[in-house]
Amino acid sequence: MSVIKTENLTYTYSIGTPFEKTAVNNVNLEIEEGALAGIIGHTGSGKSTLIQHFNGLIKPTSGKIYIDGEDIWSKDVKIRDIRFKVGLVFQYPEYQIFEETVYKDIAFGPKNMGLPDEEIDRRIKEIAELVGLHKDNLYKSPFELSGGQKRRVAIAGVMAMEPKALILDEPTAGLDPKGRDTILGQIKEYHQHKKSTVLLVSHSMEDMAKFADKILVMNKAEVFCYDDTPKVFARSAELENIGLAVPQITRVFNRLKQSGIDIRTDVYTVDFARKTILEYLEKRGGANA
Amino acid sequence: MLKDITIGQYFPGNSVVHRLDPRFKIIITGVFIAMLFSADGFLGLAVGGIFLIVSFLLSKIPFKLMMKSLKPIIPIILFTSVLNIFFLDGVPLLKLGFIKITDEGLRTSAFMVIRIIALIMGSSLLTYTTSPITLTDAIERLLSPLKKLKLPVHELAMMMTIALRFIPTLIEETDKIMSAQKARGADMETGSLVQRAKALTPILIPLFVSAFRRAEELATAMECRCYQGGEGRTRLRQLHSTGGDFFALGLSVIFLDAVLLLNFLMG
Ligand SMILES: Nc1ncnc2c1ncn2[C@@H]1O[C@H](COP(=O)(O)OP(=O)(O)OP(=O)(O)O)[C@@H](O)[C@H]1O
Ligand SMILES: [Mg+2]
Repeated sequence: MSVIKTENLTYTYSIGTPFEKTAVNNVNLEIEEGALAGIIGHTGSGKSTLIQHFNGLIKPTSGKIYIDGEDIWSKDVKIRDIRFKVGLVFQYPEYQIFEETVYKDIAFGPKNMGLPDEEIDRRIKEIAELVGLHKDNLYKSPFELSGGQKRRVAIAGVMAMEPKALILDEPTAGLDPKGRDTILGQIKEYHQHKKSTVLLVSHSMEDMAKFADKILVMNKAEVFCYDDTPKVFARSAELENIGLAVPQITRVFNRLKQSGIDIRTDVYTVDFARKTILEYLEKRGGANA
Repeated sequence: MLKDITIGQYFPGNSVVHRLDPRFKIIITGVFIAMLFSADGFLGLAVGGIFLIVSFLLSKIPFKLMMKSLKPIIPIILFTSVLNIFFLDGVPLLKLGFIKITDEGLRTSAFMVIRIIALIMGSSLLTYTTSPITLTDAIERLLSPLKKLKLPVHELAMMMTIALRFIPTLIEETDKIMSAQKARGADMETGSLVQRAKALTPILIPLFVSAFRRAEELATAMECRCYQGGEGRTRLRQLHSTGGDFFALGLSVIFLDAVLLLNFLMG
């Protein structure tokens, strides 16, 4: 069964004013349980608006959202329970930190769930290790930490709620390449460890290529496609048409193909590129011999 | 959502009223208020009313929006009219026990209510058709003679501009922080008063932290661009008055004269 499902989901901001704007238009989606998916799209394509529907922060103008098969806006669903099922990490989440210590801040979500203290303690220790927060840091004021560490605290705060589906809005924004890879790696580890569904919004095709099994492409408030990563990158011409760059390595292979070399183009990681080139050379070498 | 609170309530447009020089618009609004307060009778109010309706039609502001500006003052309107209807002496029209309604009471309360409504609509029209930044700009210009008296006019206007500029930002920020805490299961809608007050901590602390950060960043940015107060500073947006501005001002003065004349004739 799908964890998240939408039916004709539409959302319009500021209806009836000159600022009216449809940010999500007629979206039909099904996210399978356990998926590790990326959401990509231009600035203003409606990604952030879409994901805020998934935990009931935004009520759709029209259409339906089902979490675990349940219509979240039907009368007998408590929206707060949905928030515990679908964890949402906002863009620049470090700005939501408020407690005196890192420990307490991570505990905020689990406490709201009404978990017993021992369970909260267990989760915090586990998550802190997973996101690479040192034990000593747990009892520091979060405002003393560096930006990247704060970001981890904020992400850990949602992970500690152990939601069925974890959604992150550009968790790597404003980090250096190494910090980016670290956080993506940790999120991936969380996914494997907890077997939960993880959705991640990003602007970087490179990150997506390394990270996601499936990719949802948003374009002008609509879903352009939602498919397995290789299949999405295989449509590189279309992607470029809507102004999204495919990973650089994919572009290299497209150019090779254009210049008459008979090589596959659904290549989007450097590792796979290496393998493909070696295979190709071997094949050609074999033909020559 | 918090977003729906419109402060300054500017309604972008390109009508004649929108294009008027903001300095003139402020003065004309003043003249309009003078009309309302100098009117002795309904006829005088009607003259002010015509002025308002014509400006309103010219501004192309939706009628619904104009009505919305009246919503917050409904209690004041009710209070005024009730007070006047029941407590003024005159020829009784209706008597129920100790409650009586007099003709004088009815007249005065209608007069007051119309005056308040016209007053609010007139000043809303100013804020609907002038962006807050332009408005402070114009206020600074109008007050600039006071600089001679060593009043820090520029600094006050700058403070107002910055405050206005950051109201939407802070509202947006509050919205974001509230969403983020709600996503972590923060419960702000239920519980006792104390519990709800406590539930504000997760919102207020990040909000203050970010407000201070923003203030510091802004101060640095201004210093980097050598901001040093109003002395010798020129402007990006120059205000130019045209014949149309003088015409509108003249028209409003004529209306005011008409009100005064009516007072004289009727009185
Ligand atoms: N609170 C709001 N009020 C009005 N319009 C909004 C609001 N938030 C977003 N929008 C508009 O909705 C559209 C979609 O915005 P959204 O934030 O969902 O885009 P996004 O895909 O997340 O972009 P980005 O990559 O820049 O984060 C944009 O055109 C934006 O201007
Ligand atoms: Mg966004």
